[in-house]
Amino acid sequence: MPNAINIALIPLLPFAGFLLSGLFGRKYIRNFAGMLGTALILGSAILALYTAYDYFFVYGKVDGVYQQFVPLKITWLAFTKELSIDMGLVIDPISVMMLVVVTFVSLMVHIYSLGYLKGEERFATYYAYLGLFTFSMLGLVLASNIFQIYIFWELVGVSSFLLIGFYYDKPSAVAASKKAFIVTRFADLGFLIGILILSYFSGTLDFQELIARLTSPESNEAKAAAASTFLGASALTWGAALVFMGGAGKSAMFPLHIWLPDAMEGPTPVSALIHAATMVVAGVYLVARLFPVFALSTPAVLEMIGWVGAVSAIVAAVIACTQTDIKRVLAYSTMSQIGYMMFALGVSKYGGEAGLGYTASMFHLFTHAMFKALLFLGAGAVIHYVHSNEMKDMGGLRKKMPVTHFTFLIACLSIAGVPFLSGFYSKEEILLAAYHSNTAIYYIALVTSGLTAFYMFRLYFNIFWNKPYEAHGGHHGHGEGGLVMMLPLILLAIGAAGAGYIPFGELVSSDGKALESHFDIAFSAAPVLLGLTGIAVAAWMYLKENKKPENMASSLGGIYKAAYHKFYIDELYLFITKKVLFNLVGRTAAWFDRTIVDGLVNLTGNTTVLVAEGIKKFQSGKVQQYAIYFLAGVVLLAAFFVYVWR
Amino acid sequence: MNEFFSLMKSELVLTGIIFLLLFIKIGKGVKNETLLPLIQVLLLANFLFGFFLNKQGRLFGDMYYTTSLIVMQKNILNLGVYLISLVCADWLKKTQHLAEFFLLMLSALLGMFFMISSANLLIFYLSLELATIPVAAMANFDLEKKTSAEGAMKMILSSAFSSGILLFGISLIYGTTGSISLPQLGQLLDNSPLQILAFIFFFAAFAFKLSIVPFHLWTADVYEGSPIAVTSFLSVISKGAVAFIFMTMLFRVFQPMAHIWYQLVVVLAIATMVIGNLFALRQQNIKRFLAFSSIAQVGFILVAVSSNDPMGITSVVYFVLVYIFSNLAAFGVAAVITEKTGKENIDDYKGLYKTNPFLSWILALSLFSLAGIPPTAGFFGKLFLITAGSANANYWFIIVVALNLIVSLYYYLRVIRAVFMDKNDNPVEPVTISAPVRLGLLICGAGIVITGMLSWIYDYIYTLK
Repeated sequence: MPNAINIALIPLLPFAGFLLSGLFGRKYIRNFAGMLGTALILGSAILALYTAYDYFFVYGKVDGVYQQFVPLKITWLAFTKELSIDMGLVIDPISVMMLVVVTFVSLMVHIYSLGYLKGEERFATYYAYLGLFTFSMLGLVLASNIFQIYIFWELVGVSSFLLIGFYYDKPSAVAASKKAFIVTRFADLGFLIGILILSYFSGTLDFQELIARLTSPESNEAKAAAASTFLGASALTWGAALVFMGGAGKSAMFPLHIWLPDAMEGPTPVSALIHAATMVVAGVYLVARLFPVFALSTPAVLEMIGWVGAVSAIVAAVIACTQTDIKRVLAYSTMSQIGYMMFALGVSKYGGEAGLGYTASMFHLFTHAMFKALLFLGAGAVIHYVHSNEMKDMGGLRKKMPVTHFTFLIACLSIAGVPFLSGFYSKEEILLAAYHSNTAIYYIALVTSGLTAFYMFRLYFNIFWNKPYEAHGGHHGHGEGGLVMMLPLILLAIGAAGAGYIPFGELVSSDGKALESHFDIAFSAAPVLLGLTGIAVAAWMYLKENKKPENMASSLGGIYKAAYHKFYIDELYLFITKKVLFNLVGRTAAWFDRTIVDGLVNLTGNTTVLVAEGIKKFQSGKVQQYAIYFLAGVVLLAAFFVYVWR
Repeated sequence: MNEFFSLMKSELVLTGIIFLLLFIKIGKGVKNETLLPLIQVLLLANFLFGFFLNKQGRLFGDMYYTTSLIVMQKNILNLGVYLISLVCADWLKKTQHLAEFFLLMLSALLGMFFMISSANLLIFYLSLELATIPVAAMANFDLEKKTSAEGAMKMILSSAFSSGILLFGISLIYGTTGSISLPQLGQLLDNSPLQILAFIFFFAAFAFKLSIVPFHLWTADVYEGSPIAVTSFLSVISKGAVAFIFMTMLFRVFQPMAHIWYQLVVVLAIATMVIGNLFALRQQNIKRFLAFSSIAQVGFILVAVSSNDPMGITSVVYFVLVYIFSNLAAFGVAAVITEKTGKENIDDYKGLYKTNPFLSWILALSLFSLAGIPPTAGFFGKLFLITAGSANANYWFIIVVALNLIVSLYYYLRVIRAVFMDKNDNPVEPVTISAPVRLGLLICGAGIVITGMLSWIYDYIYTLK
C-alpha cells in the first residue's frame, strides 16, 4: 500500500525550501539558499522515483488493472454532512508519472539555476519562488478533489506570476507577468463556474465519486445534470466545457494562448520549468484526470477538445516558423506540442484499445517534458553566452559550445520525430490514435509534424551554423557555463533520447489495463519522411548564410507577415478590450455608476445621516430617560406579543 | 466529594485565585511590577487547567450542572480574561489598586461561571448579579476621570432597573408554574398570556445585558467612560457569557414559546445590526467606534440564535472564541496607543503604518476579522452564524443580514484606510510595546489566523453538542 508520509513529503519538501528561503533567505542563508533548495528537491525526486517504482511494480496492480489509491484524506471544511472540501493525496498512474516529471525537471532547473543566476541579487528569493512553484504544482498533481486542484491551480498561477515578473525592474517582464495572470485568471473563472456546476449536480467534489456519479447513466445525478439545459446544451456539457476552458487557459490553447510567448520574459530556467514541462501541461492533466466524464458523458466536449488541440498545434507551428526570438520559437513550439497532447485526448475513447489516444497523450507529455526542458535550458545557455535572444546575433556556435550543441541537436531530432529517439515513439502513437478515429485531425497533425521539423532545425542551424561566429562581432568572454549548467543538459539529453523505451502502454491507460504496444514501420513512413523533408528544407535555407530566407519571405508576402505578427490575435484582443470593452461598455458603465449608483448611494448616505441624527436624541446621556425607553420597550413588546401575536 | 471537586473545578480554582489575591492585598503591599506577572501566570495556569479533569454531572439537588460544552465555554472565557491581562498590561501596571481590580474582575467571572452552569432560576439570578455588580465598580477605576464615575453610576442604576424587571419575570413564572428548576420549567410552560409577559420581562433583562436595541442605551456611555480594560471585558467576556446562557434558556427552557421568540429575535437582530452600524459609521473616537461595532456584532450573534438548533449553539460558541481574539487585538492596539500618546481619534491613526508597522498589521488583521473578510477567522465565524441562521429558510432576513455585513465592511475598512493609506504630517510617534502586550497581541493575531484555518476547532465544538 502507498505510504502516505512519503507521498506527502514530496510536495512538502519544496514547501519547506520556500519557507526557509523566503523567511531567512535575504538575511541569513543568501547564497546557501540555492544549495538548500536543490538538496530538498533532490529528496523529493528520490521519493517520487521510489513512489513510482513502488506503485508500478509492487502494489499498484490488482488483477491486471492499475488501481487508484487515496492514502490520505483530511476533511478541511465541512459544509454539510454530504458536501465537504477535503485535502487528499491521490495515487494513480498519471499522478505518479507527473510526480516523476515535475520533481525531475524541477531538480534539473534547480541545479542549472545555480550557475545561471549566480551573483543575482535576489538569488534566495528566486529559490523561494521555485520552491513555492514546485510545491503548488505537486499539490495540483496529487489533488484528490476538484476544489483542491483549483486551490493549487491558483497557487501555481500566483507563483508563476512571481517568477515571470522576477526581473521586476524590466517593464516588459512586469507587463508579461500581468498578462499571463489576467488571461489565465479569465480562463479560471470559467473553470470555477464549471466546478460549481459539476459539483452542484453530482453533490460531491471528490474526483472518484464525481466520476462515478456522472458517468453511470442510471445515476440520479447524471440524469439531473443531463436533463437541465441551457442554450441548447445540457448542464453537464456546460460544466465540462467550462472546466476545459480553465485547462485551455493554463495550457495556452488557442485562442487563450496569447500569454505564453510574452511569459518568456522570465528567467530562462523558469521557462524550462513552467512553460515547457509542468504548468502548461496542467490543462492536459486536468482533462486526463476527468477523462471518464469527458469520454463517457460529454463526447461533444471531447470532440471540441480534439479540435481546439489540433488548431492550436498547427497555428502555433506556423507562427513558430517566422519568429526570430529563439525563446518565442520555443514557446510556440510548446503550444503546438501541447496541442498534440490535447487532440490525442480528444480523439481517444474510454477503455480498451480505443483508449490509445489517452496513453499517447500522457506518453507525449512525458517525453515532451524531457526534450522541451532540454531545449529551453540549452537556449538559456546560448542566451547566457551571447547576451541576446535574437537569431541574428547567433550563428556558428557549435565549436564554442560543444556540449550545448550536442544536447540541443538530440532534443531537436527528438521533437522532429526522428526514429529511435523518444519524441518519435510518442508522436507515432498520437498519430496512430488520430488516424483511427478522426482523419481530418490526422492530416493536420501530419502537416504539423513536418512544420515542427522545419522550425526546430531552422532554430538549430541559425544558432549553431549559418554564419561564422566572428561575423557578428561576438565577444570572447566566458566559456559555456560550468558543470552545474552542463550536468542538467546531459541528464535531460539522456532522457530525451531514451524516454521512448519506457513501455508506457503497459503502465498508463484510460482504464488501468495494459495496452498492446503498436509499432508499424509502414505507418511511420509518412511522418518520418515529412520530418526529414522539413529538416532538409531547413538545412537548405539556413545551413549557410544566404538570401534564400528573405526571398522566400517576400514571395510569401501577406501570409508570412500575418504569421510573423502571430495572426494579429493580440491586436484583436487589444481591440476588443480597449475599444469595445473600455470605451463602449466602460463609458456607459461609468456613466451609470456616476449618476445612478452614486446617486443612490448618496441618497442612502444622506438618509443614514438624517436617521442617525434622529436616533442620537435617544442617546441623551440621562439615565432616567434610558430607564423610560427600557420600560417602553418592554411594554411595547409585551403588548404586542400578549395581545396581537399569540 | 471527589465528584464535587471535579465538577466545580473551574469555580474552585477561580475562588482559590481570588482568595490568594485577597491575602496578598491584606498582607504587605506587593508592587505592581511583581504582582501583575504573578496574576498573568495564575490566569494562564487557570486557563490551561481548564482542559483537565472534566466531567459532566449535576450538583446540589439539580441546582448546578456542567457538561463538556459548558466547560468549553468557561475555557473560552478564561482565555479572554488572560488575554485582557496581557494586552492591557500597560494600563494595569499604573493603577493604584491592581489587586482589587482583579479581585473584582475574577469575582465577576466567577459569577458568569455559575450563571452558565445554573439549572435553577435562583442560582441564575444570584450569579447574574455577581457577574454585574463588580463590573460596575471596575467601570469606576479611572478614579480621577469624571466620565468613568458617571459611566459606573449609569451602569449600576440601569442594571438595577433591569434586575427589577427580571425578578418580576421570575416571580411571574414561579407563580404560574410553581417551579424554579430550569429542566422542569421546559415542561410546565403552556403559553398563557401571563407567561408570555413573564418571558418578555426575562427577555428584556437579557437584551439589556447583551445591549440589544432598544435596551442598549447605557452601552455607549459606559464603554466610553470606562478604562479600556473594563470596556474590553464588558464587550467581550460579559457578552460572551450572557450569550451562552441566553441560548441555553431559549433553546431549553422557553422552547414551547419558540414561535414567539423567533419573531422577537429576528426583529431585534435586524434592529440591533442596523442601529449598531449606523452609530459605528459616525464615530470618531476609536473606543466608541469599537463599542458600537460590538453592538452590531451582537446582532449577528442573534442571527444564529434564531436558528433554534444545535448548529446555532456551536456557531455562537465558535464566534465568541473568534470574537475574543479579534476584538481584544483591536482594543489592545487602541489601549497601547491611548496609553502612550493619549490619542483616541480615528483621524490620529492616519499614517500609523509608517511609524508603527507591527501595531498596524495587528489592527488590520483584527478589523479584517471583525468585518468577516476571508481568510481570517472572522469570516468563518460569520459564515457559520449565517449558515445557522438560514436554517429557517427566512431568506429576507438573510438578505438584510448580508446588507448589514456590507455596511460594516465599509466602516472597518475606513479605519484600515486611515492606517495604511492616508497621509499625515503628524502621525502617532513610534511607541515601544512592552513584552506582555506584545505577547498578547501576537496570541490574538495568531488566533485570528489559525482558528479559521483549523476546521477541527469548529468540528470539536460541534461534537460537544
